[in-house]
Amino acid sequence: MSSFINFAAIFPLTTLGHYIHWHFIQISVANLSVIVLMVITFITALVAPFPGRRRRRENR
Amino acid sequence: MSYSEIERQWTTRLRRRFVRLLPPEKLLPDNQPTYVSSWIYVFGVTTLSALMVVIASGCVLAIRGPQWWHTSSVGHFVNSLHLWSVEIFFFAMVVHLWGKYFMAAWRGGRSITWMTGVVTFLVSIATAFTGYVSQSNFDSQWIATQAKDGINATGAGAYFNVLNMGQMLMWHIVLLPLVAVLLTALHVLLVRVKGVVPPFEEQAKVSA
Amino acid sequence: MSKKNFRPDVDAEPWKGGYSPYDIVKEATIALVVVALLTVVLAVFFGSPDDPAITIKTWSNATPVDFAVTALSELNGTSGVAQYGAPYNTGSSGQALGPLKLAKWVGVRIPVNTVTDFVIDPLKALPDQPLLTQALKQWKNASPSTRTSWVTNYTKASSTMTFANRQIVVNATNVGPVPLFIDDLTQMAQSGALDQALVTQAGFYTTDYTLPLLFLADGSYLANQAARQHLTGDQWGMMNETGNYPGQAWLWLYTFWYQVAPFNSSGNGDVLVWGLMMALSAGLLLTPFIPGLRSIPRKTRVYRLIWREHYQNVEES
Repeated sequence: MSSFINFAAIFPLTTLGHYIHWHFIQISVANLSVIVLMVITFITALVAPFPGRRRRRENR
Repeated sequence: MSYSEIERQWTTRLRRRFVRLLPPEKLLPDNQPTYVSSWIYVFGVTTLSALMVVIASGCVLAIRGPQWWHTSSVGHFVNSLHLWSVEIFFFAMVVHLWGKYFMAAWRGGRSITWMTGVVTFLVSIATAFTGYVSQSNFDSQWIATQAKDGINATGAGAYFNVLNMGQMLMWHIVLLPLVAVLLTALHVLLVRVKGVVPPFEEQAKVSA
Repeated sequence: MSKKNFRPDVDAEPWKGGYSPYDIVKEATIALVVVALLTVVLAVFFGSPDDPAITIKTWSNATPVDFAVTALSELNGTSGVAQYGAPYNTGSSGQALGPLKLAKWVGVRIPVNTVTDFVIDPLKALPDQPLLTQALKQWKNASPSTRTSWVTNYTKASSTMTFANRQIVVNATNVGPVPLFIDDLTQMAQSGALDQALVTQAGFYTTDYTLPLLFLADGSYLANQAARQHLTGDQWGMMNETGNYPGQAWLWLYTFWYQVAPFNSSGNGDVLVWGLMMALSAGLLLTPFIPGLRSIPRKTRVYRLIWREHYQNVEES
């Protein structure tokens, strides 16, 4: 099966990690990206309009 | 069997109790209170979906055994599915936790729902840990030899030997997923029983 | 519920307002498809890390002197494992959480004798070694004080240790069979036979890698590879993954404590951090019952964003 489809990753992240040093904090770019994305996702979820408003008004 | 005998049966009493607690229209409701109108509400079901992908990819890894992914590109791909679904699982679970905290979702007799959620979070961390030390590669060697110090210091290391890959793998694929799934099911059923927590009451602004 | 007893951070009036159609099975199906697709995309693009396991063979060939020095530390009782304490031995009383010596109370349940398990028994497994067999007999027949004297003399001279012509060389006298032990063990390690011997000591079928992992961790090679990958404790390593992959960001608070006083310099650091994290976890678990902590949601009013449609409806009516 593996001869038909190449299962290797397109951009394997196997090179040595990049790290950010800030005072005593050291964090990988990968982890920081995940955390920033989580915060953005949380804020977006709070503010983005949710569909079905008219239906909910009808059922108030 | 007489009518009163049937009524006294454990089966009958259990069934009635369950149906009273969670009738079908409450177990699978076709409506929600109108205040359920925010994207923050999707992160519970997203966490659940990620858990299903984690388990499914884990089951595929189990078919060919713990060494398969080192020697097969298909196996490595399945391992990648397992890793990324775990990342999505924790991502969604933490956003869900933040949302539920700021809603004070324990209100109105929902403290057990909150607590089952927290315990599931902690069990998930333990499950992920046992997974990391079961990888049979450099990462698992390092994590195991480091984690042993913390766990040994509590006394638990005498029985929970993180350097014993067989033991760790069995905790990862049998014991902890069982607990995680049972807790998740309990958590979701509690939400169905109690309903989604209502908004904080505020006094309406009185216009001049 | 009477208004007088109503605690806004604990209680909630049952909802008496409207309900709207909501298809939870459709929502769950969409969520599952989206998550599955996202997982596939991430796996296709980025794969997953798989740095191969380090063997004792790799270690001893890359840094034979470091291996030999580690083997000596197992013999002279100065290695991390030899001085660990419970659950491996009584080399120290272990860590204490105040008056609680938890590990010591549980006791030695995974016995490891670094002299026999890491040096003598593996050497005994080597076949057709008349000189080594003789040396092992010499060791067996010697008194404990003689053995200690040999090992101490060798240790004193070990700072001059070199690896030349595929042999460990130390200029020392009155050291008995110790030089032969260290040299033969190094050669055994470099051949790969020591990896096998440490695992199969427990029998034909074993999945327990306690001995080879403890031996590896006592040396510098494993730790140096970990430092290269930013995985050590003082590099916030607990959160990290090899390469550029995201790791375990959810362990941020656990690893944070290891960076600050008093945890970063205390001999009881591990158990202190565990105790603190258990307490904080209990705090998270019991949030509904902790005044102040449970009031933050109401006071910060983030909920006004979540339920803004509801509050607009209330204001309109």
